[in-house]
Amino acid sequence: MNRKHLAVALLAVGILAAGPGSAATSPDEILPDPALEARARALGKELRCLVCQNQSIDDSDAPLAKDLRRIVRERLVAGDSDAAIKRHLVERYGDFVLLRPPVKPATWLLWLGPFLVLLAGGGLVLAFLRRRRTAPVEPPELDPAERQRLEMLLASDPHNRPA
Amino acid sequence: MSTRFGEPSAARAPHRGWLYLLPVLLFAAVGVFLALGLGRDPQTLPSVLIDKPAPAFALPPLPGRDERGFSSADLGGRPMLVNVFASWCVPCRIEHPVLDQLAREGVTIHAINYKDAPEDALAFLRALGDPFSRIGADRQGRAAIDWGVYGVPETFVIDRDGRIRYRHVGPLQPRDLERTVRPLLAELGR
Repeated sequence: MNRKHLAVALLAVGILAAGPGSAATSPDEILPDPALEARARALGKELRCLVCQNQSIDDSDAPLAKDLRRIVRERLVAGDSDAAIKRHLVERYGDFVLLRPPVKPATWLLWLGPFLVLLAGGGLVLAFLRRRRTAPVEPPELDPAERQRLEMLLASDPHNRPA
Repeated sequence: MSTRFGEPSAARAPHRGWLYLLPVLLFAAVGVFLALGLGRDPQTLPSVLIDKPAPAFALPPLPGRDERGFSSADLGGRPMLVNVFASWCVPCRIEHPVLDQLAREGVTIHAINYKDAPEDALAFLRALGDPFSRIGADRQGRAAIDWGVYGVPETFVIDRDGRIRYRHVGPLQPRDLERTVRPLLAELGR
């Protein structure tokens, strides 16, 4: 991370802190039909800007993000379904363009991993608790030498002396 | 009398030594993944178009250079490169001598001129040389999106069937020629 990235990151934090109106969509891009525009905005939040990589095209000011927003809106106006528009972009940029990766064999570990870890951790905790409950710790028998020393200590303690 | 003795030492469960290996194994697994991750550039995306036919496109010529333009019909027949460049792109200037070198070796290189003013592109080629066979002007950047381009320069290796075989993101360096481009072109048989 160099100085420029840091500056960009700080700027991004500042912009985000400034309020919710941070989308990059400029007025001339907005569709006249509010229903289509709402779908365009929703789709834009699901699609990754390939240049900035951790921003959606709805958030990004990169020229490529603007181009992709335009493509999304053109296809919406042409009557494409949301799924068809996503497919159109996945054919060009791969699943990476989707901010929410699809569930398929290659991503099973990604989606199920957290639950597996939770299960494993839960199992360990359960096993630990059960062991503590079922096997209370028994002090071992004292051997004769220890017993003798104990008697001696008890006898020398004034509080333990028979009244 | 309920005095208790020696609990800690007595609490040792029988033979659970292998549990102490668990963190070590976890550390090793994480280490392997991190080591693999170190060698990768997270900014470089694999192309989904590898081994697929190049997308259909038809781009107009750069006015003032020729009248031919560049379209999908120009791809194939023999292995070739397709380079995406722009005069405003600094890394393109860096890689240009490498493209010149390849062109002198007889490699066909076509180009997509990305979001450029034609006069700027022509000045760029006059200053640095013109290694390109055909150039298509992609002023809106739409053809580049069909190619899955997300930044200039990018370079594609096309086989004789017009399929994309390799995509290089960023400026081509001499070592990229040695390691990947020349061996691949040789394999594809030019």
